[in-house]
Amino acid sequence: MDYGEVLERFEPVLGLEVHVELSTVTKMFCGCATVFGAPPNTQVCPTCLGLPGSLPVLNGAAVESVVRIGLALNCSIVPWCRFARKNYFYPDMPKNFQTSQYDEPIAVHGSLEVQLADGSTFTVGIERVHMEEDTGKSLHVGGATGRIHGASHSLLDYNRAGVPLIEIVTKPIVGAGARAPEVARAYVTALRDLLRALEVSDVRMDQGSLRCDANVSLMPRGSSTFGTRTETKNVNSLRSVERAVRHEMSRQAAVLASGGQIVQETRHFDEDSGTTSPGRRKETSEDYRYFPEPDLVPIALRDEWVQRLRATLPELPWQRRARVQAEWGLSDPELRDLVNAGALDLIAATVEAGAPAGAARSWWVSYLSQQANSRSVELTELPITPEQVARVIALVDAGGLTTSLARQVVNGILAGEGEPEEIIAARGLAVVSDSAELMAAVEHALAAQPDVAEKIRSGKVAAAGAIVGAVMKATGGQADAQRVRELVLARCAP
Amino acid sequence: MEVTQAHLDRIAAVDGAVHAFLYLDAAAALSAAAAVDDRVQRADPPASPLAGVPLALKDVFTTVDMPTTCGSRTLQDWWPPYDATVTCRLREAGVVILGKTNMDEFAMGSSTENSAYGPTHNPWDLDRVPGGSGGGSAAAVAAFEVPLAIGTDTGGSIRQPSAVTGTVGVKPTYGGVSRYGLVAFSSSLDQGGPVARTVLDAALLHEVIGGYDPLDSTSIAAPVPPVVQAAHAGATGDLTGLRVGVVSQFRGEGYQPGVLRAFEIAVSRLRELGAHVVEVSCPSFDYALPAYYLIAPSECSSNLARFDGMRYGLRVGDDGSRSAEEVMSLTRAAGFGPEVKRRIMLGTYALSAGYYDAYYGQAQKVRTLIIRDFAAAFERVDVLVSPTTPTTAFGLGERVEDPLAMYLSDLCTIPANLAGNAALSVPAGCSDDDGLPVGLQVMAPSLADDRAYRVAAAYEVARDAADGGPLAHRVPELTEDRLPGPNRAGVVGR
Repeated sequence: MDYGEVLERFEPVLGLEVHVELSTVTKMFCGCATVFGAPPNTQVCPTCLGLPGSLPVLNGAAVESVVRIGLALNCSIVPWCRFARKNYFYPDMPKNFQTSQYDEPIAVHGSLEVQLADGSTFTVGIERVHMEEDTGKSLHVGGATGRIHGASHSLLDYNRAGVPLIEIVTKPIVGAGARAPEVARAYVTALRDLLRALEVSDVRMDQGSLRCDANVSLMPRGSSTFGTRTETKNVNSLRSVERAVRHEMSRQAAVLASGGQIVQETRHFDEDSGTTSPGRRKETSEDYRYFPEPDLVPIALRDEWVQRLRATLPELPWQRRARVQAEWGLSDPELRDLVNAGALDLIAATVEAGAPAGAARSWWVSYLSQQANSRSVELTELPITPEQVARVIALVDAGGLTTSLARQVVNGILAGEGEPEEIIAARGLAVVSDSAELMAAVEHALAAQPDVAEKIRSGKVAAAGAIVGAVMKATGGQADAQRVRELVLARCAP
Repeated sequence: MEVTQAHLDRIAAVDGAVHAFLYLDAAAALSAAAAVDDRVQRADPPASPLAGVPLALKDVFTTVDMPTTCGSRTLQDWWPPYDATVTCRLREAGVVILGKTNMDEFAMGSSTENSAYGPTHNPWDLDRVPGGSGGGSAAAVAAFEVPLAIGTDTGGSIRQPSAVTGTVGVKPTYGGVSRYGLVAFSSSLDQGGPVARTVLDAALLHEVIGGYDPLDSTSIAAPVPPVVQAAHAGATGDLTGLRVGVVSQFRGEGYQPGVLRAFEIAVSRLRELGAHVVEVSCPSFDYALPAYYLIAPSECSSNLARFDGMRYGLRVGDDGSRSAEEVMSLTRAAGFGPEVKRRIMLGTYALSAGYYDAYYGQAQKVRTLIIRDFAAAFERVDVLVSPTTPTTAFGLGERVEDPLAMYLSDLCTIPANLAGNAALSVPAGCSDDDGLPVGLQVMAPSLADDRAYRVAAAYEVARDAADGGPLAHRVPELTEDRLPGPNRAGVVGR
């Protein structure tokens, strides 16, 4: 069904569940490391392997992180809460229950304002933020797809088992209409930026440290009763969030329009085709037999402690946006363009690292944006830091680099050749400002173009440009053009 | 070493009849004893007052140098990669661990008949049970195979076996002894504790194993109550001014007359020692047994979920064609005995959606009422007393087919587990109708374990004086003609 038709007949309702792996040094309930990509089963102990007799001990740093997340999302932090056990059998879960939070989450009832491409904002309600432990990873071997279907056996890696996980659940998102897919993407983007500003997670969707499940349902226009929802998993990029929601809306509309019914099920998003397919159908609804975790004592948070954490919150993305807009004197459309390009935080960080705002903006929105586009990556994914950009700008301002040399340095950084100084040394990019060397080049150029030299001598200063250009060419662009011009004019002084 | 060797000799002589041990490591025990002797030779101070004393450890605590089976087929030959905190503390104190003792599978039972490795026999009458689940530990102490043992008490598994074998058994305040490395049956009820022949011995062992453990979130960050000092104070035989409450709920129908008569004699001795005895009613104790049989199975259904054959222990049906789910199912069917399965099913049902409130939720409310009954009682009296068990040791096989009759064995001991307070059983002579040991239960408030020790020590002195010596000395000779047939011989050692 055509997307326009979908929206004429149905109103979408979204619910987004985002799982975030915290970047704590140790796991949720034991002292094991949480480094991504370590050899299988090397970051494990009796507790995260769920060995008989082992017991969990709560990671205080994880609680601190989740409270800061809750505060930044305008949530109420509860004074008292508990963990619960979610019971189900799966080989990658060492205890066959997950220690999670159920009816007593640590933070509730918040909101996050997200920016849409046209500069308008949409407020997404936050239902709850809770803590849980991650599971291990199954590697299904012998099948065609890497999924369990068709595999001959599975390998288990428990390094991830017990990594602190935060689940952030939205209230039903109603009223977004045609923009529902965009709202979904904007929400996950805003959440990612917020978590990055809080420095609580790596928020790498490609590595699974930020994972989004999208619940989508449709209700007929004018109705207020939610339809049956599906939950789409394996949505591993911001772009996929938008595509998955849009596809589910169209798919469900087609089913409903032909008189069919939506099956409440988990669906799997396929990046290549941009479509969803049913996961394993559950014959009965899963009963997780939740009950309070008896191995952990309840968490009682003192209000003074929560308020102290509130005071540690950094400048949050929307606060930063408002500040830089005022400081840099940006119009709303200018600000929106920077935000849409994902450049705002990078520019701000570059300015913080000492660069003038104008130069920082120029680098990120022009040259670096081109580089990102040509590599098909997000600006933030370019392998260059705001600090490095600020150093390049400083070298230009100090006369140590010309603009064209600076671009070569930046190319070197993007190619992984190291820090600016190393690249300048290795590529021999330093500006030639040695007067004797330059003077020799100037003499040579004047001698080669005696007619031009004569014009300059007769007072036609503008003609000096041709000599400067020749010197720059001769020095491979490494000469300080201003200095060359001074030397030419001095040499041809009447 | 002589002490250790003497006990090893005794075990060799009588354990074929008693079958208290599942595993013995004579060589390791002798080398641990030699290390203690070395210290003595060097005139170094002993690691603890119990350095060099042999001990038997219930096979539910993890040990790196011995298997830990929990009396279950599913953990046959499981060698844990870590020591329980209790195990560590015993080793640090120089206590010589001779081996691991028999128990009802995963501590579920009251007779040790639910062990996958055959029952233990009561040294007082080899045709009778030694109680359970810690029948192995109690029988080993009663049979002079060891002077000390460690048990665990979830609903009476230390106190009930102690009562029926004429030994002293203590359930410390919940959180008083670390559960790290204690394979969980019911996390909110399980508590490790000492088994000994005298109150002072139990107190000395209590101080070795007790105290805060950062690896157990439910362990209490408070010093061990001064139980040794209390045992010495009690041994002066003066309880003047102490207020003792007799629980009116624990007598009458279902109680063996000889047990009640022995209990009355014990109470009159307390009066003679200067105690002021009153009757105290704790009406909610009538609901303790049903509440326990909802809470304990619920927690066990979750705790035992991990025994699925995926990571350790028994694995059944892995022929390369079956799915992980099928292997899990076959493993659990083969690995667990009938009582464990019964409780897993009970608990799974009680936690199910739609039944939770009526069963688990309601049982937790009863638990609160029991805590209130104790609190009210301890405003009026310093300690509460009752018979430890309604009857003396019953015959092997007598209650196997009747789970409810079996469950009634723990009628008097369960309230202290549900409330978490301290309770112990001290020998109170023998029943005049069958000549078998009776236990006097002394219950004290949480963290007032020392109060129970003081009363028990005073009573012990008075009883020994009246009876002409300790009860333990009246254990029948385990002579050749009293040894059971070869079909009952236990498997000892490897």
